[in-house]
Parts: sequence; structure tokens; C-alpha cells
Amino acid sequence: MELSHKDLLGIEDLSAQEITLILDTAVSMKEVSAREIKKVPTLRGKTIISLFYEPSTRTRTSFEIAGKRLSADVINISASSSSVVKGETLEDTGRNLQAMNPDLLIVRHSCAGAPKLLADALPTPVINAGDGAHEHPTQALLDAFTMRERLETLQGLRVLIVGDILHSRVARSNIFLLGKMGASVRVCGPATMMPCGVEQLGVEFVPRLVDAVRDVDVIMMLRIQKERQQSGRFPNEREYARFFGLNRAVLRHARDDVLIMHPGPVNRGVEISPELMGLPYSIILDQVTSGVAVRMALMYLFTGK
Amino acid sequence: MEQIIIMDAQDIDRTLKRMAHEIWERNRGGDNFHLIGIRRRGVSIANRLARKLHEFEGVSIPVGALDINLYRDDLSEVASQPVIKKTEIPFPVTGTKILLCDDVLFTGRTIRAALAAIIDMGRPQVIRLLALLDRGHRELPIQPNYVGKVVATSRDESVEVMLEEDDGIDQVIITRGEINGAES
Amino acid sequence: MALLIRNVHALDPSEGLDDTLDILIDEGCITALGRGIKAPASCEKLDASGLVALPGLIDMHTHLREPGHEYKETIASGARSAAAGGFTAVACMANTMPVNDTASITRYILEKAKGACVHVLPVAALTMGLQGTALTEMGDLREAGAVAFSDDGVSIADTQVMRLALEYARSFELPVLCHCEDRALAAGGVMHEGAVSAVLGLKAIPPGAEELFVQRDIALAEWVGHSVHIQHVSTAGSVRIIRDAKARGVRVTAETAPHYFTLTDEAVRSFDTNTKMNPPLRSAADVAAIKKGLADGTIDVIASDHAPHSSLEKDVEFDNAAFGIIGLETALPLTLALVRDGVLTMTQAIEKFTRNPAAVLGLEHARLKAGSAADVTIIDPALLWTLERSALESLSSNTPFLGQTFTGRAVYTIVGGTVVYRHQA
Repeated sequence: MELSHKDLLGIEDLSAQEITLILDTAVSMKEVSAREIKKVPTLRGKTIISLFYEPSTRTRTSFEIAGKRLSADVINISASSSSVVKGETLEDTGRNLQAMNPDLLIVRHSCAGAPKLLADALPTPVINAGDGAHEHPTQALLDAFTMRERLETLQGLRVLIVGDILHSRVARSNIFLLGKMGASVRVCGPATMMPCGVEQLGVEFVPRLVDAVRDVDVIMMLRIQKERQQSGRFPNEREYARFFGLNRAVLRHARDDVLIMHPGPVNRGVEISPELMGLPYSIILDQVTSGVAVRMALMYLFTGK
Repeated sequence: MEQIIIMDAQDIDRTLKRMAHEIWERNRGGDNFHLIGIRRRGVSIANRLARKLHEFEGVSIPVGALDINLYRDDLSEVASQPVIKKTEIPFPVTGTKILLCDDVLFTGRTIRAALAAIIDMGRPQVIRLLALLDRGHRELPIQPNYVGKVVATSRDESVEVMLEEDDGIDQVIITRGEINGAES
Repeated sequence: MALLIRNVHALDPSEGLDDTLDILIDEGCITALGRGIKAPASCEKLDASGLVALPGLIDMHTHLREPGHEYKETIASGARSAAAGGFTAVACMANTMPVNDTASITRYILEKAKGACVHVLPVAALTMGLQGTALTEMGDLREAGAVAFSDDGVSIADTQVMRLALEYARSFELPVLCHCEDRALAAGGVMHEGAVSAVLGLKAIPPGAEELFVQRDIALAEWVGHSVHIQHVSTAGSVRIIRDAKARGVRVTAETAPHYFTLTDEAVRSFDTNTKMNPPLRSAADVAAIKKGLADGTIDVIASDHAPHSSLEKDVEFDNAAFGIIGLETALPLTLALVRDGVLTMTQAIEKFTRNPAAVLGLEHARLKAGSAADVTIIDPALLWTLERSALESLSSNTPFLGQTFTGRAVYTIVGGTVVYRHQA
């Protein structure tokens, strides 16, 4: 099956069939990670450059491990966003890297549309590792993989996403993906953190958390992002934790077999109370394992087009 | 385009029966080996051989499935990435006698990839190769230990093994007048 | 040398003129209009069959970038761009570098304007440095040649300062042009707050950021007893507020730019920075309201808000790109599309570029009548043409309409009797 775009800029550009292809490929990749020798020669000799304009340890590491397990040469570049103002434009940086013949670029940037700028300017395939508050497609794909592994299908699933939807690229990508795969999405969070006209995204808005958790299969908690959000959108963390944080009392209103997810890192005691962290229905660490498999699948499918 | 059926369902079954007996004889009646089939049809062949060995000798030989796409040496040349299926080998590879099964042996590149994959998983005691069909035109020094049928073909012919489990019918077809360089 | 324009369809609503005739221009003035005018001895003859002559058009909202940002546009290049768009006069905003907040800058601009091919009317700042705190020497600026006052680019956030600015301007009878934007509500937004921003995750500017300050400036004007002109109206709410105010008898006028009746926020999905401007492109409902406001007279003027930017400002991430697009060369064609669609009559369209902006600025506008200064715009309403980057007269090319085909444009622009622009096919 041919992918229709050279780049992965967002879930918006993927069809349901392409999403299924990626998830199915990730199943094989997961098996490689379970072996003693966690390496296959598939992308041997390929150069993958990770260009991160925003700080990140886990996503960058996940991509690096994924590339190395496929025997690719992975190079990590951390550029601070201010270098855009002080020095080279993003496009110039891209062209300079292009001159070194990479086979794949992975880009994270604080500005929505930045990976698209590079993808349009360069022949190298670009994977978006997060652009502003717009999309984080690899996160949504690994979330979907994790859900599908546990629950067998995404069709008809009921998923609740809680938190700062307005500023969350994880929320947007998940909302787009789940919609395409036949799941239904409910959102909950402070009104000041919902996009204007949130229902136009095809989701149901439920204001109170204790009501929102009823009857859903998965609860996805978003991080309170101190570095990205507007200050002043909620009074303080204590208020947030009391009314929008997940704890045992809230979970009593949810189904017994509900699954809890979080893109990480977790602010313990804010989004999720510490008592819930190690329990079986928290599949947060499964998400991390899935992350490497999904990213391996994406590298396999997108490299060198 | 000309198509010839060179083996029908009965031919295939007879050949597999004969190979099962041959395997048993050459292993001095021992059941200390494992089968690994190369996806897709190599797996069906391995499963059928295991069933026949169980039927004739009452033994249960474990069967694993190997997807070699991650080890191919020609990925840059194919138009789109081949779809990968999961490798599932439910036994340790180290110290094991392995019988690798494939449907058609052609250039030998698939087998090379399969050997690299298995050796990455451990250190087998020995690997032997079984092919239902050997159509010649080797590009690497690889020879089968067990062959169902040797067929003389020209490079531009294509040989296709169809099996009930995968294709709904048991037959082997040679097609002439079509350019086909890849192994089926 | 005299100029005889033959057989042109002359349209001037303020003169009640709608007839096919000849126009003779000599020594910078229109000397005769009528059928079968005999050409004098040495005379250029222009066969204008199938063309339409209009009184010279005015664009009362442009940014000419000189002094300070000559790499984006100069007074000379901006004037050429205006002429190519069919304008014979432009009013240029004060957010140059340095800001046009003292008479010396106004005189500098007017000096440079002497070499420009169209009339250049400087608009001076209301507050020093556009900082919104200290009033400028409006009397002095007026004497130096400023035609109106505006802090365009920003609003005066402090209500007391805005009140004082209006009162002071009232005492000199000076036109005040208002850029209405509540910066706090706009909160770093880069596009319209709506369904598209919800999907793109870009920081968004709610309609309220414009509407609240439109309300405020109209209320202040009503209270203080001076007129205000609302610039670049973009939302349905603003149109409603202005309509209600006019119905009450408040002295308010309004303008909109062609992109607000042509494009919606859907255009931003491509992340093309040539869809980024302030106020932003709004929703389809707002576009419909703008058209209605133009048709019923709530919006008096169409002005381009021509805002040149170079590759340095535009070939970057959407968040980091400068706001604004050029518009002098597309304003008239986009307006002619409204006429073809039946939103405006030709008369209304002409008035939005002539009588109405002139009235706001307290100036005389061009007329097609004997004895008038020869500022004439000749258009070919049926000409099919494509906007090519190489054909742009502006030094900048930041427009979302590149490569687009239009029907109708100016083919000859005459300023003071001289043909300053001839369209090459």
C-alpha cells in the first residue's frame, strides 16, 4: 500500500486505511523490541536527523531508539527557538541539513506549521514531532496502538480527554484520529481551556469531571503545560487538582474496567493522584513501549521516499 | 501471456507427504528439530509438514513464522514498503536444529535474509533448508537440503505457488510472457 | 502635450455623468468632454473604445514604509503600485520609522512625494511614537500638510488619552481614523477565533477584540462630539454596531479592505503567511455581513490597507510572520467582482473609492468635468489578466492572490494630465 504523502505532518492528512497500516506495522516492530538483539538491518545506512526546537527528553529518546533499532544513523539537533530570531531561519537550517543528504527529518517546533514549512521546501520526508498546539501525530498513533492492543478495536470506543484542550496538540491529534477510526470523544476541562466552539471538532463537552468519566472506555489525562499555556486560565494547581484531577473518588463514577492514559510526564497530584499511578488500569507505561514500536513503523514507512 | 499448471492439489499433497517421510528418515527418526516457515506460504508449508509428521509419527514439531521484510537487501528498489507481518517464533533459537521452509527457491536472497534474521535471534545448532520448488537462477551460494520439485525455468517466467490456506486453491502455476524478477 | 481620450464610457456619479464620449486633457486639466472632440495640433490620442473612465480613485489606507523600511516599499514604488491599481491619490499611514509624529517627518514625506506619480496624502500619528500616551502637535502637523490623524497599527488603550485625542482633534476639525483593537483580548493571536483556529491550534483573536473598541471609539466620539472613521472593519458585530450608531445620528464613517469581503479564515489552513493580517480573515458569516454593510452604506469606503513586507518578514513560521498584505493592485479588481456579483452597483463602487473617502478626509475628489484637474482612472472591466509576481509594481509581493486570474483592472491612470500608468498585456 502506498502512503499518499511524503511527510507525516498531522493526523488530518492520514486516511483510516493509512492509520491501520501504521498500527499493523507497529505490531511487527514491537516484536523486534522484545528480542535479545533489538536490531534489524532495515534502515542500515540511512541518516535520520531529529531537529528539536523545543526541549524534550522522552519523545526525542523514543525516536532515537526507534531509529537505532532499525540500524539507522540517528543525529539529534537541539536548537532553541530563539535561534530563529537571532540567527538562521528555519528554512535555511533545513536547506543546510538537506545538503548533507538525510533520509528522514523529524521536527518539533513551538510554531504551528513549522514542519510544513520544511516539508514544502525540502525533498526529504518530514515527520512532525509536535508543532505548537497544532498536531502531535506520533503521540496519537501510539495512543491508538496502546488502546487497540488492550481493547482490540478502536471502532465504537468511548474516549474522554481531560485538560487544557485549547493548547494541546496531543488532544487535537487524538481527536482527529479517534474520529477517523470510528471512536467517539468526550472532552472535559476548565471552560477557559476549551477552544471556542469545541463541539465543532466533533466532540462532546462535559463540564464536570465526575459526569464526564461515566461510561467511557478510556480516560486520557493531559498535562498542565506550564510552559505553553496562557497564565491566568485557571486560579492555581490546587483548584485544578480538586475539580479536574483524577483520583479514587472520581474513579468511583467510572466503569471498573476503564483504562487511564497520559502522554507524560505526569504532574503527580495535579492531573493524577499518586495513589492511581501504579494500578493495572493505568497503561501509561504501555504507551511508552508502544511509542518506540510506532515510531519504528513510521520510520520504516516514511524513510527515503 | 501463457499459464501452465505444473502441480495440482494431488501433486502438492503427494510431494509434501514424501518430504515429510524424508525429513523423518534423515533425522534418524528423531523429533529434535523445529520448523520455521518464511511468510507467507512457507508458513503454510511448515504447518502442513508438521501436521503430516504428527499424522505419520505421532510427534508434535513446533512451528514458527518468520517475516523477512526487515532484512531484505532490496528495500531501496521497491516502489513502496512491503507490508510487514509479525514474526512469531514460540521457541528459543539458541541451540536448536531449525528446518527453514519456503515455497519457491529462486535467487537465494530471501533465504539469506531469513538466515540473518534467525541468527540475530540467537545461535541455532544447525539450520537446514526445505523448498517446495527449486526454480534455479541462484545469485548467492545457497542450496536446499530438501526439495519437492526441481523446475527448469527461464528468468522472465514467474512461478507461483498457491495454497488453500492463503489463496483458496492448491496449485503451482508457471506464467510465461511476463517480466518477473522477484521471488513470489 | 495634450491627450484626447476617444470614445470612452465616462462614469461620474457625482456629476450625473454616464455617457460614451471623448475627453480632452491639456495642461493638467480636463478641458472638454463631449462627442467628436477635435484633437488639437500636437496631441496624444487614446482609443478607449470598450473602456470606462472614472474620476481618479483614492486609496485612503496604505503603508508606504518610507522613511525607515525602504526595502519593503518606498513612496515612489508605492505610488507606482497605486497607479497600477488605478489610484490617483493615496493616504499613507504614520507607522513609519521614525513615526510620522512631527512636522519634519510630514514635510519629508511630502518632499519625497513630489517625485511620486500619484498624489500622496500623509496621515500623521495621534500620539507620539504611537505609544498611546502623549498627544502629537496636531495643529503643527496639519499646517505641515497632514490630512488626517491615526495611530493605525495600534489602538490607544488608555481611554482618557483617546478622549483627549478626540477632543483636541475636534478643536482643529481634524479627521481621526481609528484602528480598533483591544490588545489584551487579542492576546497574541495570529488568526480569527473560530472553527479553523480550533483545528489549527493557533492563538486566536476573538471578534470582540475589534468590536469592543469599535463600541468604545463610537461612544467616545458621540460623547465628545467629534466624528470618527473606523478603519479595516472585519466582523459582523462591528458592522451592526456602526449601523446602529449611524441610525442614532452619530457621526461615524467606516472602511473595509477587499480581503475582508473576499477571503475567510479557511484560507489560513495552508499556513500561508500571506493570509496573516490584522484584523485577521474572519468567518463566512462575517464576510456576508461586510458585503451587506457595503451594500446598505454602513461601510462607506473600500481601502486596501496595503502593507508591504519582504521575504524576511513573511518567509518564516506563521506565528513569527509579520501581519499584512499588499493590496493596491488588487483592490479595484476585487471590488469589480462585487459589482459583477450584484452586491454593489457600479455607482456605489465608484463612490467608495472617490466621494466617500474624500468626504472623510475633508478633501475635494477628482471629477470628470471641464475645468477639473485631470485625475482620471480608465478601466477595462472585461479584461482577463493574471497577477504575476514579476508584473507587480510594488517592491513587495506578499499577497495571497499571486497567480490568480481577475476580470477587470485599470489600464490607464492619469494624474494631473500625465498618463502615469499604462497596462502592458
